Amino acid sequence: MWGSMFRWLDPYAKPETLYHLCGRLLPYLMGLALFTLLLGNIWGLAFSPADYQQGDSYRIIYIHVPSAIWSMGAYSSMAIAAFIGLVWQIRVAQWAVLAIAPIGAVYTAIALITGAAWGKPMWGTWWVWDARLTSELVLLFLYLGVIALAGAFSEAARGIKVASLLAIVGVVNLPIIHFSVEWWNTLHQGATITKFAKPSIDPSMLWPLLISLLGFALLLAALTCLRLRSQILIFEQHRPWVRQLVDAKGDSSQKEQN
Amino acid sequence: MAFTSWADFWQMGGYALFVWLSFGTTYALLLGLWWYSKRQHHSIQQQIRAKAAREQRVRQHQEREK
Repeated sequence: MWGSMFRWLDPYAKPETLYHLCGRLLPYLMGLALFTLLLGNIWGLAFSPADYQQGDSYRIIYIHVPSAIWSMGAYSSMAIAAFIGLVWQIRVAQWAVLAIAPIGAVYTAIALITGAAWGKPMWGTWWVWDARLTSELVLLFLYLGVIALAGAFSEAARGIKVASLLAIVGVVNLPIIHFSVEWWNTLHQGATITKFAKPSIDPSMLWPLLISLLGFALLLAALTCLRLRSQILIFEQHRPWVRQLVDAKGDSSQKEQN
Repeated sequence: MAFTSWADFWQMGGYALFVWLSFGTTYALLLGLWWYSKRQHHSIQQQIRAKAAREQRVRQHQEREK
């Protein structure tokens, strides 16, 4: 059953097809990401009203919340890719783990840094060992662990396998991050939009936040496309299609991005 | 518009340090990652091209030896 259900995906598991698909999608994803990110952030920075309690410091929300949510979204995608790569031995899924990990690490770092810069004026401290902050820091270490393990073996396939295992095991941290604000008494506030009830935020602030969220998602997709192409080239470098591709690029003097 | 002037905007109601620190590091990190990934993609292609050229030279040399 599973085999036939995902049969339509088969062509995209072929590295060459995926390489060209990513190349075609990349400019659109990057353009849309840049547009939505700037729209959401400028709207939030300059046009949304100030918060009645936090004044203008709350504007950090327009990068803090999207980067934090997608630091977990990126981890889920990476773990799913790791699982597919381990169980079904789909090589492009294994390479996707390597492509996503650094993006997730940067998103997590952004969530932590912006959180500190927001915590200082509101809580009076840059950092506190509270459940939400600590579990997000653990997420950063998981990403760094995946990156380090993937490069720690002389045999690349082995490194990917071990890194994939860590990525899958680390999934237990995701519910801990999400529910940390409910399970423990923490300084961090509860969920504002990622809950089933009506969001506890005014529409004039919610809209730019949703657009910024979309911007970070599109940027994650665009960067994944870019980085996955690099991984495909590395692991397929002995195949004729890659040789032809780089030859054609080297011969033509035109600066076309391929 | 939530601010009355540019100066007002940059001051961020007294939270300028924290707001601009956040947005500054965010965009610096994102731009850095994009630039690094772009450069990496470029250098991988160059390495493959150099490797292919070297193999070509070795092959030509071996044929001449025969």
